[in-house]
Amino acid sequence: MKSLQTRNPIWQVIGASSVGTLIEWYDFYIFGSLAPIIAAQFFPKTDPTAALLATLATFAAGFIVRPFGALVFGRLGDMIGRKYTFLLTLILMGGSTFLIGLVPGYASIGFAAPIIVLLLRLIQGLALGGEYGGAATYVAEHAPAGKRGYYTSWIQTTATLGLLLSLGIILSTRSHLDADAGLSVQKFEEWGWRIPFLLSIVLLGVSVYIRLRMKESPLFTALKASGKTSSNPIRESFAHRSNLKMVLLALFGMVMGQGVVWYTGQFYAQTFLENACRIDFGQTRTILIWSIMLATPFFILFGWLSDHIGRKWIMLAGMLLAIVSYRPVYQAMLNTASTQGLTADPSLERVDRSMSPAQGQDWSLVHVTTHRAFPNGIVEKEVRKDTLYHDERPVLSGAPKVSRELPSDKYRWMVMLVFIQILFVTMVYGPIAAFLVEMFPTRIRYTSMSLPYHVGNGVFGGLTPFIAVLLTTMNAHDPLVGLWYPICVAGICLAIGTLYVSNKIDPNVND
Amino acid sequence: MNLLKRAAGIFWMALAPTSLWFLISTALQEVAKKPVMDTKIQWSVFCLVFIPISVGLFLFGWYAWKGEYDELPKSSGELDVD
Repeated sequence: MKSLQTRNPIWQVIGASSVGTLIEWYDFYIFGSLAPIIAAQFFPKTDPTAALLATLATFAAGFIVRPFGALVFGRLGDMIGRKYTFLLTLILMGGSTFLIGLVPGYASIGFAAPIIVLLLRLIQGLALGGEYGGAATYVAEHAPAGKRGYYTSWIQTTATLGLLLSLGIILSTRSHLDADAGLSVQKFEEWGWRIPFLLSIVLLGVSVYIRLRMKESPLFTALKASGKTSSNPIRESFAHRSNLKMVLLALFGMVMGQGVVWYTGQFYAQTFLENACRIDFGQTRTILIWSIMLATPFFILFGWLSDHIGRKWIMLAGMLLAIVSYRPVYQAMLNTASTQGLTADPSLERVDRSMSPAQGQDWSLVHVTTHRAFPNGIVEKEVRKDTLYHDERPVLSGAPKVSRELPSDKYRWMVMLVFIQILFVTMVYGPIAAFLVEMFPTRIRYTSMSLPYHVGNGVFGGLTPFIAVLLTTMNAHDPLVGLWYPICVAGICLAIGTLYVSNKIDPNVND
Repeated sequence: MNLLKRAAGIFWMALAPTSLWFLISTALQEVAKKPVMDTKIQWSVFCLVFIPISVGLFLFGWYAWKGEYDELPKSSGELDVD
């Protein structure tokens, strides 16, 4: 074991694992971030079958396929080894992302387009389900006792950094396709959205090269040499009561709460900024980028701290803080972006109009953009598309779409409010890889930890934005009603975790 | 503490079918309100993924009630899975 570690210094192990996992998260998130553009390209609403495939792509890939991928690749990882399994998940993920960037649109090849995209998205979900458990196990099995939380916390930064990378590349591509900002956005929506997908092949090449040079986990190698690898990891993980009860404890006592806190802080916050606070597209992304950059070092801090005081109370404290502060934090976000009760300065109001005639039609589209400045520094932009008929018929006014730009003081405050939420994410997520690795024995570790992780994150966490938005639609009078879903799930998890989970750190994962 | 752990087990067992009933009745109401394919798929997926989770929560409660969590293994090596 010592010689393997000498050849595979821990930082090389962490680097190789983290880069690959980061790229997998990047690949998974760009699809979500570009969902409206992808829908327009591949899943036109006018075609009910294509719209049906869009719904399947959104829900099935995230919620059904991820846990299924955890089982498929977890089993492989416990039977043939960690290294080759997470190499396979990386190739599947990077390859399918690159191919999405190449698929011709619905306008060119009809139904084949949404079907191919759906299949590729399912492969993405499957691969993601297999990746994380492998990377976390691989790093933890190289890490010395007493530093497992610290070393695995580097892997824990990758999900957040993958999101950061996807936001950065999308934002940068969107604004650099033309010198004119409006034209640049238009080009991005026509063909530029493919660039972040195609870029994935370069990232894939680099990380496959790095991972191919890595050695198998020393603990798995020793297990294999002694002929003690599991012949049926799924049966051993879930059919034996002693292990199944730990899988259930991991899920209900820690991971489901961690999942909702993660998705509220990094995804629902983004949805809320755009839909409830009506912050403009670019500012919403940069607010998230700043918050993520400020919070990321705390993953490492809490991972390191968990080696000294235990994992349990750090993660449960993160959940408790989230539960008690979500409503005040989101209320503060609403107040920061509010223009209620304020009157826009009429002398600063500017209305821009541009007309685009519809070819071969008796009408033209008039784009009306109104800029209003409020005394609190917020600039509101209202965009409306009116239909102007070329005969006597009256102008048909389109529905206005409002977006707001915050002045610098409010912008900084909004960054702080999102940062607070991501800080809770770092508390619940920083130590969790070490916590899960220590719960299960080497021979079935990959399978046993992957399933609760992906049920907690994929199902409980992944559903957060949908359920929160759904609750808001069902109770339109309360914009904060969506928060009850993460608050209740985290509350149940906090109670179970407090009662049943142990704070003891397992010094030996070589079992 | 062990008594509390066991008693809470009954609560988790009760919570499992209650939450499932709440989910299914909400799903039926929402589908009835807007009976389009999108709503049906969305709620079918929700119900499909939460049924096994509810079974898991019930099982967790059962184990807790039976005292399976009174003493947790001190190391993963104590898990008898061979």
